Amino acid sequence: MKENEIQDELTSIRSMMERSSKFISLSGLSGVLAGVYALIGAGVGYSIIYGSGGFFSYREYVMADVQRSPTNLYTLILVALTVLVASLITGIYLTLRKARQKGQNPWGRTSKQLLFNLAVPLVTGGALSLILISRGYFGIIASSTLIFYGLALVNASNITYKDVQYLGIIEIVLGLLAALLPGYGLLFWAVGFGVLHIVYGSIMYLKYDR
Amino acid sequence: MKIPFEKLDKAFENRLRLQIMSVLVVNERYDFNSLKELLDASDGNLASHLKALEKEEYIMVHKSFLGRKPNTNYEATAKGKQAFKQHLDALEQIIKNQKTL
Repeated sequence: MKENEIQDELTSIRSMMERSSKFISLSGLSGVLAGVYALIGAGVGYSIIYGSGGFFSYREYVMADVQRSPTNLYTLILVALTVLVASLITGIYLTLRKARQKGQNPWGRTSKQLLFNLAVPLVTGGALSLILISRGYFGIIASSTLIFYGLALVNASNITYKDVQYLGIIEIVLGLLAALLPGYGLLFWAVGFGVLHIVYGSIMYLKYDR
Repeated sequence: MKIPFEKLDKAFENRLRLQIMSVLVVNERYDFNSLKELLDASDGNLASHLKALEKEEYIMVHKSFLGRKPNTNYEATAKGKQAFKQHLDALEQIIKNQKTL
């Protein structure tokens, strides 16, 4: 056996190990776009809640008004859902495209496992957040969505790029900080879902997509 | 210096068998169809190499049914993992030796 034959052999082993156990077709670009949608959504949400008044003043009283004017709440939920759906569609579309380029089955063993690992914490967190909204605990929503999203990422990170784990941990820390500072939830939310996605998506794009 | 070719495992001489083994050491279990798709192999070819690995007791076969469809899963045995590791070590050794020549 020649040296380059052995090198070939080792390369093929390494690639099989990775391709059989990791879904490596996640698109960095979709992260950037999701971040942009989140920032737009946060901007719209901000103008709904805090239409007037200073940026850093404590404004929970606006939300305390919900009993009298529930329209704001519904509009906010609608904005959040729009951001979520737009991000999902973009993510699915770009991931399918990348999987096709890489020759990886977008609906195979690894992608199913990845979705399952993401879905358990995400669905739990989503349901809990809806319950909290229905019971009027608005101040904790930014925190709960960030924390459960972070947990979902950490949970999924062993089936895709390792980098996702660090993003998850940062989201969890942000969520905890948001819980400490009620009233600044939207700000943390914009950083966690907007800025971080743009930064991370760009890193992933430069590292893996080209 | 002597090159330890004899340490290379004969069972892994075939590329496909080596690839099957690499998949099974990082995944607890893997099913036939996913293996086939991943390795881009034909049914017959894959089955015969799996059989060979099974004969060496490097892998275990679990047969079950998903609804009405048969679902066959494969799992590496401790013996198989050990053999795979030794084979990799031997490959590495050969490269090292050739570099020092």
